[in-house]
Amino acid sequence: MSSSSAKVTASRTTTAAAGRKLGSGFVLPALICLLVAVTLYSVTIGRYDLSVADVTYILIDNIHPVVTPNWDPVQEVVVEQVRVPRILAAIIIGFGLSISGAALQGLFRNPLVDPGIIGVTSGAGFGGTLAILLGLQGYLLLTMAFLFGIGSVFLVKLLSTVRGRTSMLTLVLAGVVISAFFSAAISIAKLLADPFQKLPAITYWLMGSIASSNYLDVLLVAAAVIPSAVAIYLLRFQINILSLGEEKARALGTRVVLVQWIVLVASALISAGVVATSGIIGWVGLVIPHVARALVGADHRRLLPVSGVMGAIYLLLVDDLARTVTTAEIPLGIITALIGVPVFAVILRRLHAKGGWSSD
Amino acid sequence: MIEASDLTVERGGKTILESYSLSLERARILAVLGANGVGKTTLINTLIGILKPKSGRLSIDGPVGFVPQLFEVPFAYSALDIALMGRARHLGLFGAPGRKDYEIVRHYFHLLGIEHFEPQAFNALSGGQRQLVMIAQALASECELLVLDEPCAALDYKNQDKVLALLEHLRDEHAMTIVFSTHMPQHAVEIATDALLMLSGSDYVCGPTADALSAENLSALYDLPIARADFKGLSKHTYAPVFRHEGGRLIG
Repeated sequence: MSSSSAKVTASRTTTAAAGRKLGSGFVLPALICLLVAVTLYSVTIGRYDLSVADVTYILIDNIHPVVTPNWDPVQEVVVEQVRVPRILAAIIIGFGLSISGAALQGLFRNPLVDPGIIGVTSGAGFGGTLAILLGLQGYLLLTMAFLFGIGSVFLVKLLSTVRGRTSMLTLVLAGVVISAFFSAAISIAKLLADPFQKLPAITYWLMGSIASSNYLDVLLVAAAVIPSAVAIYLLRFQINILSLGEEKARALGTRVVLVQWIVLVASALISAGVVATSGIIGWVGLVIPHVARALVGADHRRLLPVSGVMGAIYLLLVDDLARTVTTAEIPLGIITALIGVPVFAVILRRLHAKGGWSSD
Repeated sequence: MIEASDLTVERGGKTILESYSLSLERARILAVLGANGVGKTTLINTLIGILKPKSGRLSIDGPVGFVPQLFEVPFAYSALDIALMGRARHLGLFGAPGRKDYEIVRHYFHLLGIEHFEPQAFNALSGGQRQLVMIAQALASECELLVLDEPCAALDYKNQDKVLALLEHLRDEHAMTIVFSTHMPQHAVEIATDALLMLSGSDYVCGPTADALSAENLSALYDLPIARADFKGLSKHTYAPVFRHEGGRLIG
């Protein structure tokens, strides 16, 4: 899987230089069809084997009862209580992380940025760790992760604002500093944790998993991701303009600071919501926008939705791997890193070969 | 069009421009000349509204379009995408360009004769071609004052000629008011109706090109002998530096 997706990226990046892509209008509908297909397929796989027809009937039954059900109740529970919520979670998380990654890369004029760079991921990670350490569970854990995630973004913004002005470079550096701080804090929390119960819980939670997602988790992550993604999409053309640079954007009459704030807060909400429900899932927001950019070009009007849908498909497939490759669950964060790193290495080399992106 | 009086501009706590006054009428072309670091860019950034003057009055009637120095973008946008961004001011925070915006941009591409650039990657264009796309972007914003930061820097003679001809055409046929900075007095001689010679942050000469642009003023401006040279058989002239005067001098 990792080597084949690496090849796809490699061959596409060359054509990315050609500006607008031929037939890029077909990419989004095609991807949405693919997402529906992968979703249906994902419901069928797992310890209980089900056919696509079974799954379709079970799902349709909810809207329009089927006259003679030909599945047993266990199958219905597996589909509706176990598989569907985690599949929805995977779709929403992949969508949110990728759309925010694409927006941040445009905003910072830097293709090596992802939602983790603004400090929110480690901040939320520390919030959750602290909650586990204090013996808090469920919604208290979610709340802690969420609050620390949002709080760290404000810290980053505070740290990078000098005399009322925020430069994007200092913002990125402040993000790195805050991330490093919270990573250290997480280590301290681990050190203090009871090594038989809490330490494994913290470690597993941090690795990222949506195995135990229920509908409330889905609702929570959707409430964070959907409004934020809508806000980011509405700013699609402003992000285009900001990717030309702050001064140029200002000269073109854009309200630079307002746009930066909306995108930052929306991305923070997405990341905090994701970490709160599922732990740290890295690399998705960094890698997917590159693949999407290779497909449809840099224009955020096309790039944002395509990134989102590709991210949803990608994380869904990763989650399928996570729950079927071995009898024990593999944490999602491990797989996204195993796939993301080599893909990213290829991207980095190609960028370097093209003369780099350092034009700032 | 531009009315500036007693303008003082600071940058990073340091006063760059002090009590500058200038006025430019509609459909005139102002050339800004000055040594490196004297504050040409500061003046331009003040005119386009990126920098706010510390004191003094600046009024510009009508929207301002800006063409930066040789421009590169970090992502693979097409020339059309780049020019469309000029429509930002008319679109609002959540807007995206519609059919009318495309029509306006295509109109200016046609005017500049660069229709064939449309689908091409902006970064793959040559310096001169990129300059034209940036001018199309500024025009698409439907500006009345066009400000260009060294539009001819890094262009070969042929492309410089094209850009100069285009600027003059925009003034003659479309009543555009234009401000541009340059290091070559000849650019000012060719197309500028007015010239601003920035001698220092607080000392300048400003007036109709014929008066302001003289060998004497230019020599003071560049701290180097500048001589007028007339083209034989043409009723044209230029100003050229006398390099290595008195055998030249090393620093100090």
